[in-house]
Amino acid sequence: MNKNIILLLFFLVFLTIAIYTIEQQHKHIELINVSYDSTRELYKQYNEAFSIYWKNKTGQVINIIQSHGGSSSQARSVIEGNDADVVTLASAYDISVIASHQLINDNWVSRLPQQSTPYTSTVIFLVREGNPKSIHSWHDLIKKHIHIITANPKTSGGGRWNYLAAWAYAYKTYNGNEFFIENFMQQLFANVLTLDSSVRSATTSFVENNQGDVLISWENEAHLITKKYPGKFEIISPAISILAQLPVALVDKTTTYKNIHTIAEAYLKYLYSPTGQKIAAENFYRPANKLILQNIPIFLTYRWIL
Amino acid sequence: MSVNNNHITIIPGYNLSIGITIFYISFIILLPLISMSITTSHMTLTQFTAVIFDKRVLASFQISIICSLTAAVINCFFGTILACILVYYKFPGRTIIDSMIELPFAIPTAVAGISLAALYSPNGYIGKIAATWGLYPAYSKAGITIALIFVTIPFVVRTIEPVLQNIDPAFKEAAFTLGAGQFTVIRKIIFPEIFPTLLLSGGLAFARAMGEYGNVIFIAGNMPYKTEIVPLLIMIKLEQFNYPQATSIAIVMLLLSFIVMFILNSLQIYYQKIITGGKN
Repeated sequence: MNKNIILLLFFLVFLTIAIYTIEQQHKHIELINVSYDSTRELYKQYNEAFSIYWKNKTGQVINIIQSHGGSSSQARSVIEGNDADVVTLASAYDISVIASHQLINDNWVSRLPQQSTPYTSTVIFLVREGNPKSIHSWHDLIKKHIHIITANPKTSGGGRWNYLAAWAYAYKTYNGNEFFIENFMQQLFANVLTLDSSVRSATTSFVENNQGDVLISWENEAHLITKKYPGKFEIISPAISILAQLPVALVDKTTTYKNIHTIAEAYLKYLYSPTGQKIAAENFYRPANKLILQNIPIFLTYRWIL
Repeated sequence: MSVNNNHITIIPGYNLSIGITIFYISFIILLPLISMSITTSHMTLTQFTAVIFDKRVLASFQISIICSLTAAVINCFFGTILACILVYYKFPGRTIIDSMIELPFAIPTAVAGISLAALYSPNGYIGKIAATWGLYPAYSKAGITIALIFVTIPFVVRTIEPVLQNIDPAFKEAAFTLGAGQFTVIRKIIFPEIFPTLLLSGGLAFARAMGEYGNVIFIAGNMPYKTEIVPLLIMIKLEQFNYPQATSIAIVMLLLSFIVMFILNSLQIYYQKIITGGKN
């Protein structure tokens, strides 16, 4: 019995030493990118590309850590002390909140090209194959017996963009008449079947649980779905939608403290390089670079963005 | 404070134990609660009441309370039956059922929530059958209640079980020899014994159900005024970076659960006194 305990103790000591040494070995430079829900696939690919680029350029091996979640929750975690070096979130609002806590310089928007948005997206509809309820425009959504699935604008960054896109349509249609706009929004949300807490759970409701007739979602999310389930869904581009700018920013406080300002800056700048822009496009984000954007047929079906 | 030192305890001394207890409870339970109160104290009373008496918040409180109460009551009924079966009968597969009771504790709530939503939505296995009868459990209060029943069942079964085990079979045998029927034994002997504990377990289930988030949001549909639960509203306030409002709702929720627990506990002590004939 006693022998066993001593053996166990030895084993535990050995284990801690082993873990410690493994940790020591992995102590090359670490970069933490705090992002939102839909960018998982994009940054997985981008991180690999950037690591190779950086190693060729400087010989340094960097270890990029990804964190994903709802955009506002992620912003909150950064404010509360999550050591993010860069934030790549779903709206400028979330980054400004971090900036208002003195973690990011106030001039962050102007520090990178295109108002710090290396890629954009927009809001589209996803309907079931054959479009059985013939939904083509925002106005079709307020018809009777249409069930809409969308992320909750109160809890999800994507949900907010969906709301704003609908508002933009109503604004355009009713020439800014608040009464009619609000009336339209009320009718729209009266048709909503579930307000899911995030874009991904809205996708789950629509795709896996077969709920509703139309999913209002990100363009990139819709393309991911059609790629994964070919022949089951159709993407409908409404004539009027919104340009969703997806900003990125360097968290000055953390990078200064960790002394990796240059790497973090290069990480964000590389998003604007042809390689970075291509990776964004491959993941169905609209590249900020107009030349690259024009050569991608899937983004050309678009007519008008507010 | 008099301390009963007549019986030998295995715990090393009263002073040390009570010290550890107070430290632990303060550190683990009271400290977070105090920090919550501090966050709320940045608001004026007017702001606080404005948050709490907001139509949408009141509606969500109503939904949460109704669904949690329903779930607790249903669980008290079926949980007691389950506990009785597990205690009084030996049958093949008993251990399997016994270990399954704890599963809702172990499964990550989000996983359970997603599976429940898939099961009860009109295309799910159960949802399909319900739809033929014109019932749509998913995205309604019924769905919320189902999710809460799922998550709180262990509380009831596990609190009732030991009490049932401790009932002296002699009482039942005596009752049977005096000509009492099955039902009379249940009514006159078993039920009074477990009733105080049942109150407690119902309270535990209710308090837990009030705070449940992950399990519910997938099946609720989260429509304001219809199926929006209080924890989701707290999350919404947090997403808007509104800490004081979020914590003030949380504090009211906590008070509600505490009041319910307090009432049930007092009742339990009262009934316990009756059963033990004023001793204790």
